[in-house]
Amino acid sequence: MSEMSEGASTAPDAGRGAVVPQRGMFGVSGTGDTSGFGGLVRPHEDPYSTPPPYGEYFDEVTGALAEAYPAFSDAVYRVVVHRGELTLFIERERITEVCRTLRDDPALRFELLSSVSGVDYLDANPEEPKRLHAVYHLTSMTYRRRIRLEVEVTVDDPHIPSVTSVYPTADWQERETWDMFGIIFDGHPALTRILMPDDWAGFPQRKDYPLGGVPVEYKGAEIPPPDTRRAYK
Amino acid sequence: MTSSTSRPAGATDPYAGSRETTEGRVYTVTGGDWDSVLAGSTDPIAEERLVVNMGPQHPSTHGVLRLVLELEGEMVVEARTVVGYLHTGIEKNTEYRNWTQGTTFVTRMDYLSNIFNETGYCLAVERLLGIEVPERATTIRVAMMELQRIASHLVWLATTGLELGALSMMIYGFREREFILDIFELVSGLRMNMGYVRPGGLAQDFPPGAEEKIREFLALMPKRLHEYENLLSGNPVWHRRTKNVGYLDVTGCVALGVTGPVLRAAGLGWDLRKTEPYCGYETYDFEVPTQKTGDVWARYVVRVAEMRESLKIIEQALDRLKPGPIMVQDKKIAWPAQLALGADGLGNSLEHVRKIMGQSMEALIHHFKLVTEGFRVPAGQVYVPIESPRGEMGFHVVSDGGTRPYRVHVRDPSFVNLQAFPAMVEGAPIADVIAAGASLDPVMGGVDR
Amino acid sequence: MGIEEKIPSGILLTSVEKLVNWTRKSSLWPATFGLACCAIEMMTTGAARYDLGRFGMEVFRASPRQADLMIVAGRVSQKMAPVLRQIYDQMPEPKWVLSMGVCASSGGMFNNYAIVQGVDHVVPVDIYLPGCPPRPEMLIDAILKLHDKIMAEPLGQKRAKLQLEKQARGEIERRGTLPSSFAYDKSRRKEWEQAAAEGREEQLRIEAGTRK
Repeated sequence: MSEMSEGASTAPDAGRGAVVPQRGMFGVSGTGDTSGFGGLVRPHEDPYSTPPPYGEYFDEVTGALAEAYPAFSDAVYRVVVHRGELTLFIERERITEVCRTLRDDPALRFELLSSVSGVDYLDANPEEPKRLHAVYHLTSMTYRRRIRLEVEVTVDDPHIPSVTSVYPTADWQERETWDMFGIIFDGHPALTRILMPDDWAGFPQRKDYPLGGVPVEYKGAEIPPPDTRRAYK
Repeated sequence: MTSSTSRPAGATDPYAGSRETTEGRVYTVTGGDWDSVLAGSTDPIAEERLVVNMGPQHPSTHGVLRLVLELEGEMVVEARTVVGYLHTGIEKNTEYRNWTQGTTFVTRMDYLSNIFNETGYCLAVERLLGIEVPERATTIRVAMMELQRIASHLVWLATTGLELGALSMMIYGFREREFILDIFELVSGLRMNMGYVRPGGLAQDFPPGAEEKIREFLALMPKRLHEYENLLSGNPVWHRRTKNVGYLDVTGCVALGVTGPVLRAAGLGWDLRKTEPYCGYETYDFEVPTQKTGDVWARYVVRVAEMRESLKIIEQALDRLKPGPIMVQDKKIAWPAQLALGADGLGNSLEHVRKIMGQSMEALIHHFKLVTEGFRVPAGQVYVPIESPRGEMGFHVVSDGGTRPYRVHVRDPSFVNLQAFPAMVEGAPIADVIAAGASLDPVMGGVDR
Repeated sequence: MGIEEKIPSGILLTSVEKLVNWTRKSSLWPATFGLACCAIEMMTTGAARYDLGRFGMEVFRASPRQADLMIVAGRVSQKMAPVLRQIYDQMPEPKWVLSMGVCASSGGMFNNYAIVQGVDHVVPVDIYLPGCPPRPEMLIDAILKLHDKIMAEPLGQKRAKLQLEKQARGEIERRGTLPSSFAYDKSRRKEWEQAAAEGREEQLRIEAGTRK
């Protein structure tokens, strides 16, 4: 369980990552930091990309995908191996084809789509315009392997082709990702809100959407809701 | 039988021919020739489509699930599920709390498999941290998980029995579950929503008497399982309600992402404890029960058999329990709760307080920093799947290197399994809706999070 | 509760009031409104060990039209709030609401966009029960306190006014039910009656429980 990542980040990509180095100790900017540790810069070990060979079964999977899908180098623009897991970053137009290849090719056979979800990297990397990521976790029951696909989109153009034609299980999961993040899946049979009421405005799980709590009064003192309290980063 | 009001005037009614007279339209009601009704183009029953809303509040005790059914007579033509009535925003809430506090939030998602929620989350955090949990903690986690699995299956049996008419099953299921809840209360302090498994290990060790209590339960349970089987397995009413009901084959299951007992009842023996072992499951000796028919009956057989297997695993876990630490040794991560029974209940043990106040500066600093700030988890993302009583529960945890989770997404099995509901139910009579829905075992806390 | 207004005041009303309240509390049928984890604890309270049947309450009516008590068990999300209100409106008078658990009472640990911060934003609540989830014994305690509350309810507006006047004069209306274990023990019964007259019967109940 405690496998370390294979190969550190290379020189051209060093310092640039999905997560930028964190500065300072506290979450509130401006007045929050009284510890004197404002100059603290924590290095991060999240590798931006891993150079081949990747180790374990990852080379086999990427090799088989490259063989089965000729446009591999167009589709996959970044490969990360970290904590024993393989992540492929896919260009968004190609996601359905890549999924179909992964499902059907005999050397790959990723029959089960375990999960589709989203992540908003606004706080971790404020400069990056492509802050909404859709994450797909695929499981191969035949080979007992797992792989993660990631697609990055901007808030202004959050369209990704839907994979429901390949994996019907993505139906509700893509609806949830739409509901929570606002990622629009083109080709989805019925992309509507699933967790929030149908007329809700806003996408709750985005980082710029407030937590929305109320201040709580207890024995005369009022405690602010969790997202407005002073907090450690 | 007169013509229905939705029929336009002048339409021919198989049961009541009409003709215009000076008094107005006169209907001659004769009944009809059954063959002509069956063969006829104007089948009055087929034209009556009823939309029934089994709204979020209904006696089926699966929680707040809304079913919109289009019925033709008794047959369900279209079934739609509406979820979201229990959406709590747990995933967003974890982003504003410590890594350790995340346990208390995550445990309330799928409220019938609390330990599974916690363990999956903690395994993901530990994988990100890159640490190894002590063996005793892992063994206790396994024992608690299997106890929770039995408790969850008992609730399933109880509520399914209740819905299909076997009312005493409700009482039996909850009676047995009380023993398990007593064990949970003894070990962790709470009957449900325990908050017991923490990143790095456990909140506290087994108190004295816990092992004996669990062994007592292990001795008593097989007889009770036998009792349930006597009540249900040979019962012709149960057979008629569950056999060939809610059918879903392996292709359908995998395409819809259905895992857990439903998939195993369809024929595929996919159990993450065997295929991708975690927490040392590869060292335990147990079977994965599978059936072939893929209906409600098969799921019932699989779940009862799983309860037996869980009993075996708990016994093996207790046998291999050795004294040792239950929290990881790294003081920068280990939650500094040396709990002991004080005069007013549970609290930090006085020796620990004496130590951090009097002897060890590092211990004091660790205690302070861990409780106020929490430990930091290196940046990255992991996906850890575990086998919960309902199927594959996956934890996608993203960290940005800070003291708080950046994103915790839980792939909840009930959420994905519930998508298969229309596939099981369309074309079946409405009574099968209840049986099929119950057999999927959806827990709305997990569906909506 | 209108018919009581028409009866001229003073005529046998005390006993009628007690009788009516007693019938109301003795078979208080709960409506199923189990939402989340508290619903499971509510079910266990109805099950064998913590038996709600001894109070006549094991029949959880599915239809709100037949129910008296709505136990809101669990967290109420924004989507569920209108449904909650509709079910409450569908219940016929007299009706009571017990908000079970911290999520129903105040939003609980979920201080966020998705959860209504206390069902008293939506329906009027008679008794709040904290806990996450509250133990079945706590739920039974809350139900018994609700029984006491029901027993002490005035029959109508005129009776309510009379009660307030009595309280202002210093005559304490006996609140709280004499437990059956006290009724047949002469010394305890005398203590209870004395404490009730002095207005400190809650203390007596707690103190007496710790004896033995």
